[in-house]
Parts: sequence; C-alpha cells; structure tokens
Amino acid sequence: MRANLNVVLAYLIMLSLIVIVGIFQSWSFALSILNLCLISAVMTMGVNIQWGYAGLFNVGIMGFTALGGLAAVLVSVPPVREAWQVGGLSMIASLAIIIAIVLAVRFILKQYPKSNKRTFSITAVIVVGLIIARLVFGPAVESIEAISPATTGFLGGLGLPIIFSWFVGALFAAGVAYVIGKITLGLRSDYLAIATLGISEIIIAILKHEDWLARGVKNVIGLKRPVPYEVNLQETDWFINLVEKFHSRSLDLINDPSEKQEAIKQLVIEGSSVFVKLCYAGLFAIVVIILLILCQKALYSPWGRMMRAIRDNEEAANAMGKNVVKQHLNIFILGSAVVGIAGAMLVTYDGLFTPGSFQPLRFTFLIWVMVIVGGSGNNFGAILGGCVVWFVWIEAAPAALYLINLFTSAGEINPFKAHLIESIPYFRYLIMGMGLLLIMRYRPKGIIPEKIKHV
Amino acid sequence: MTDLINALVLLSNFVLIPAITYGSQLALGALGITIIYGILRFANFAYGDLMAFATTFTILFTWYFQSIGISFGVLPTALLAIPFAIIVTIIFCLITDKLVFGYYRIKKSPSVTIAMVSLGVMFVTNAIVRIIIGPYDRRFADGERFIIRANEFKEMTGLNEGLAIKSTQVLTIVITIIVVSLLFWFLNKTKTGKSMRAYSDNEDLALLSGISPARVVMITWIIVAILATFAGSLYGLDKSFKPFTYFSLLLPIFASAIVGGIGNPVGALVGGYVIAFSEIIITYAYKKFFAYLLPESLEPNTLVQFLSTDYKFAVSFSILVIVLLVRPTGILKGKTL
Repeated sequence: MRANLNVVLAYLIMLSLIVIVGIFQSWSFALSILNLCLISAVMTMGVNIQWGYAGLFNVGIMGFTALGGLAAVLVSVPPVREAWQVGGLSMIASLAIIIAIVLAVRFILKQYPKSNKRTFSITAVIVVGLIIARLVFGPAVESIEAISPATTGFLGGLGLPIIFSWFVGALFAAGVAYVIGKITLGLRSDYLAIATLGISEIIIAILKHEDWLARGVKNVIGLKRPVPYEVNLQETDWFINLVEKFHSRSLDLINDPSEKQEAIKQLVIEGSSVFVKLCYAGLFAIVVIILLILCQKALYSPWGRMMRAIRDNEEAANAMGKNVVKQHLNIFILGSAVVGIAGAMLVTYDGLFTPGSFQPLRFTFLIWVMVIVGGSGNNFGAILGGCVVWFVWIEAAPAALYLINLFTSAGEINPFKAHLIESIPYFRYLIMGMGLLLIMRYRPKGIIPEKIKHV
Repeated sequence: MTDLINALVLLSNFVLIPAITYGSQLALGALGITIIYGILRFANFAYGDLMAFATTFTILFTWYFQSIGISFGVLPTALLAIPFAIIVTIIFCLITDKLVFGYYRIKKSPSVTIAMVSLGVMFVTNAIVRIIIGPYDRRFADGERFIIRANEFKEMTGLNEGLAIKSTQVLTIVITIIVVSLLFWFLNKTKTGKSMRAYSDNEDLALLSGISPARVVMITWIIVAILATFAGSLYGLDKSFKPFTYFSLLLPIFASAIVGGIGNPVGALVGGYVIAFSEIIITYAYKKFFAYLLPESLEPNTLVQFLSTDYKFAVSFSILVIVLLVRPTGILKGKTL
C-alpha cells in the first residue's frame, strides 16, 4: 500500500481538482472535463502500449482516432436506400477490384523471385487496376452524392446501436495499423514516425473529401446516443421525482407553489444535462477499467516482460530468439486499436462527426504530451497524464486570462493587452511545450514512473 | 505545330515552373532536416515551426522597413529583411540548443528521445509564432509581381496560351542555386565544412582528430537557421504565410529528405524536386493539354486528373512508401554528409 501511496495521492488530487471546478464553475462543465479525461485516458493507454511497452514512436494518433470516429458514423447512421440503389453495386465492384489488385500483387510477390520484370508487372497491375477501379467508382460517387446532398448524399451506415462502433473502430484502426506496420516496422525507428504522420494526414484528407463515405466536411450530425436525451428526461416522472428528492431541503424553503414549480423546472433542466453526462462517464469508466485490467495483465505477463526486453535491448532479445519485427507489428496493431476505440467514444460523446476538426496538435501531439507527462510504461501514469494534461488544456485559457489581467492594470485597454488577450488560445501550446520539456528534462519517467516488479 | 507549342507552354506554365519553384523550397527545407539528422542525429519535428518562426521575423522586418519607407525597388522588401531574420533565427536556434537539445546530446540519449524533445520545442515555437503574429494568412510580397505576364507573352508570341513567370518564382530559383552552391562549397572545400562531414561520418574518430564538437554543433545550427529562413521566407513570398501551412510542410519536407536519402545533402536536393514534381504532375488536370494534342474526336470529356489536389499529401506519402519499400536507404545512399 505504501508503495502505491503516491499513485493514490496523485489520483485524489486530480479528482479534487475536478470537484473544485464543479463547485466553482459548474457541475455540467466539470463532468464534461471528466468525460474527456476518460477518453484521453483510453488514447494514452493505446499510445502507452506502443511507446511505453515497445518504444514505437507513432505520430499518427489523429488518423487512428478519426478512423474510430468514422466507425461510429458507419455503424450508427441508418443506411440510405436510394444511394445504395444507384451506386451500391458499383461501390462494391470497385472495392472488389481493389481487393483483386492486392491479391494479385501478393501472388506475384510470392510466386516470382525479385527482378526488374517483377517490379514492372506489379506496377502494371496496380496502374491498370486503379484505372479500371476509377472508371467504375467515379460515376457511382457522383450519383450517390447527388441524392439529397443537403441531408444525406452518402451511403449511410448500418443503423445499429452506436456502442458497437467501439469495437468496429478498433477493427478499422487495427487494419490500417497492420498495413502501415507491415511496410515500416523493421526499418529505422524514425521512419515509422514519418509514415504514421503521413498516413494520418491522408486519412483526414480522405474523410474530408470523400463525401460518399461520411459526408466529408458537410459533417454528420445527430448521431444516436447510447444514453437518454435531455429533452426526454425532463418529461419523465421518475427523473423529476429524483431531482425533487435530491434538492428537497432547498425546495422546502420556497413557500409559493408557483415559484416552487418554476424552481423545480429549472433544477430538472440542469439536472438532466448532469445526468446524461454521468451516464456517459459511467460508460467510459467501464471501458477504461476493462482496458486497464487487460493492459496490466498483459504488462506483467511473460508477453509483457518480453516486450520490455525488446524495448530495452532489441539485439539481445533478437539473440534470444524473439521475432522483434513481428512483436512490434502486434503491439503497433494493439495500440492503434485502443486509440480507435477512443476515437469512436469521442464521436459518440460529441454526437457528431466533423472531419475538419481533427488537428494534429490536438489529436496527436497533445496525446504524446499526456503519455510523457504521466509516465510512459506505467498504465496508471498514462491515465493520470491524460487527465492532468486535458485538465490543464481546458483550464489554461481562463488561467491565462486571469494572469494577464493581474499583470496589466485592470480596465485599461491598450493594444498590447488586446493582442495578448487575442492570443490566449496559444498560451496553452506554450504551457504544453514547456510542460513536456520540463518533464523530459527533470523527471524523464513522468509523474508516476514505470515500476518493474521483479519476481 | 502551334498546337504542340501551345501544349508545351501550358505545361511549363502550370507544371514545370511551379514544380521547380516548389521543389526548390522543399529542397532548402529538406537540406535543413538532413543536416540536423546527419550531424545532430535526430529527426527534428520542430523544423516546420522553425521555418514559420524565421518567416515571422522576415515579415516583421519587412513591415518595419516599409513603415520607414525603405524599399528594394522592383524586388520584394523581404529580401532586405531576410538577413535580419536570419540573425534572430540563429539566436533562437542557439538558445534552444543551449537550453534543450544540448543536454540530451551530452547525455547521448537515443535519437527517438531527442525527437520527442523536439515535439516540446515544436509546441513552444508554435505558440511563440502565433502569439507574435497570429494564426492568419499573410502576404508580404511587394515590388514587381511578374517578370512576364500571361497577356504580354500571348501578344509577344501570338500563341493561345500565356506563360506567366512571377518574380518570386525566379527569385526562389536563383536564391536556391546561390544558397545551395555556397553550402556545398562550404561542406566540401572549407576546413570547417570538412570537419563537419567528418563529425557526421564518425563522431569518435572526429573527436580523436581534435575537432571541437561544440563548434561543429554551433555551425550546424547556424546553417540550419539560414536554410530555414530562406526556405520559409521564399515559400511565404511565393504563396503566403500561414503558421498552420508551415506545420503541414513537415510531411513533404521529411519525405524529400528520406526519399533522397536522409543525412545526404545531395539526396535532399534530389528528394525535394522528386516530391515537388510528382505532387504537381499527379494532381494537374490534363484536359486542356490533351485538347491541344489530340484530334477533336478524341478530346477527353473528364478533367484527366489522376488525383484531386486535396490529396497532395497522399502523393508525397506514396512516393515515400515506394522508396522505403524498394530502396530503404533512399535514392542516393543516406547518412553520408
């Protein structure tokens, strides 16, 4: 217990910070911070699997998050029947062509020895295949996007409950990670970084511009929720009773019945948003706990020990007969899948999918700051890092405003102050950068360092 | 015959000249990345933002000169501002090295750790740029905009297609040639340059033969600052300055450096042009080009564009992947400065 004291203490401090926000700002706001902390925690666990367990430098977290988000759309939105009628067959055909290209290339690679002739034939297969695919694909896209573009204009999804997308998101991310890993793992470690940076930009570009898939920058809004809607809650009796019971003491002080009705109504509206966010928090907490248990089990299993051995001394592990590249590929896929879950959770929570909002600073590099600050190699550290950094990220802007007002004379408006206030959003980049640099320098193992149990 | 010339003029106007210009800008950037990689031995993710930082100061000095009425005649005022921006950027680079990178270099941290540290520097530089100049799009080119205008060219030659050459395009190409030749002269002919190459080849041997690492590192940062300022300012002059664009330039620049063979300056140069040409060739719509060349009956009714310009990044990335698959060391062998 004493060994874990600092961990418990760190989490208690984090929790009390959120409670303080609840008391001083509002509970609804505090809960939305908590929810995003939990989502960030899932992302940091994914990155921690890659970096902390295996030392893989993945700078494409944004792409895997977005894939998770795409899964949320494709699973939950009802299918658009007209679009399937006009373009569905051609879309399936072009998908089949692409699969055929991949299979053909694999066949050629397996069947013939390396030669110029092989390279040329592979190129020919890819080029010809892509041209055919484009001829089928182009008209289909046009006809799909023409179907009431203001509301649909895409193929739609499966119309299943959105919760399923958390698994599908993991699958999507894992699939892409497999392809990327196959190509770049085994080359120099920096190449993985550049390759992931590239693939994430491409994923975002595809999501932004392929309207038939998920409406592109026109966004998909109003995704179905896994939890009740505020409007419905405000009309259900048990919820109103619950709110009355919860606030009975303060309500008793009001004598006038009409005033009391008014107060209850107000409380019910506030309560409904808090209740919805609590439901989300519960769902997210379940995911975090399940993943945490799995991660801990994996980390302290023979497999986890092998991964750490590979991370700390690749050559020695190789000499002991461990297939480093294969294990790296496994762990890269696993970590990316967890990030994909987080992406699906994020879109579920927002209720909308906006490809334009995916920015590398927020969705890739901020996650890195979280992992490094929290403590790479330690799941509790990574989760804490996710919470702390998200909290700072949100509260940095109000804090910066407060400081600027403190140091410049109040009330006075001069150009310098106006400029500072205008650039408040960028102070948080400064804080994040400084935080990362200071931690890397003075506490390179993070707030909660990695602990290796020797058995 | 005129159809053929028209087609060629069309291609030079929309493919050849823009690609050479963009390639030069990428090559300058990739040279910086490759030199940092070759000598300091890490992938610097802060480089895009370093370029933005340098350009910010070019813009600030340009505004200052404009406000006191100094101009450079037909050339953009920014050219006068670049030397001052270089000085500021050199100071910034040396400070970051002193405060941040130096510690890890002396500790001999793994290169991935230093790359991670460069993420922190990236955040800070990013914030500094945005706090100083804001996130908006800015144009700061002044002076004569065109060397040849499309209309003038049409009148001169009597062709249907115009050829417009912007002065910033010519400037970019000329300055790149000057900077790159000076750099290669420095690396190959001077004693300091040779000591840098020796240090990049084999650090321990270089130390044994009495090369001062502190001096090599300092000169490396000075060269990097100069390259970053030129790359950033020329890109900004030619297109426009927006901090986020500079951040996204990181991918094509890294791709250029790796495609050419990271650590190899000639490779960076080659990589820059390879990436630029393929990006522009693949995203250009050839409809008009074919309309000139083919008989009317065969005229294409689509744009004849392989990929829409939205997928520019996909092109540099695909080239990168192909090179990694076929020749993992890059077109020219990497890691020899």
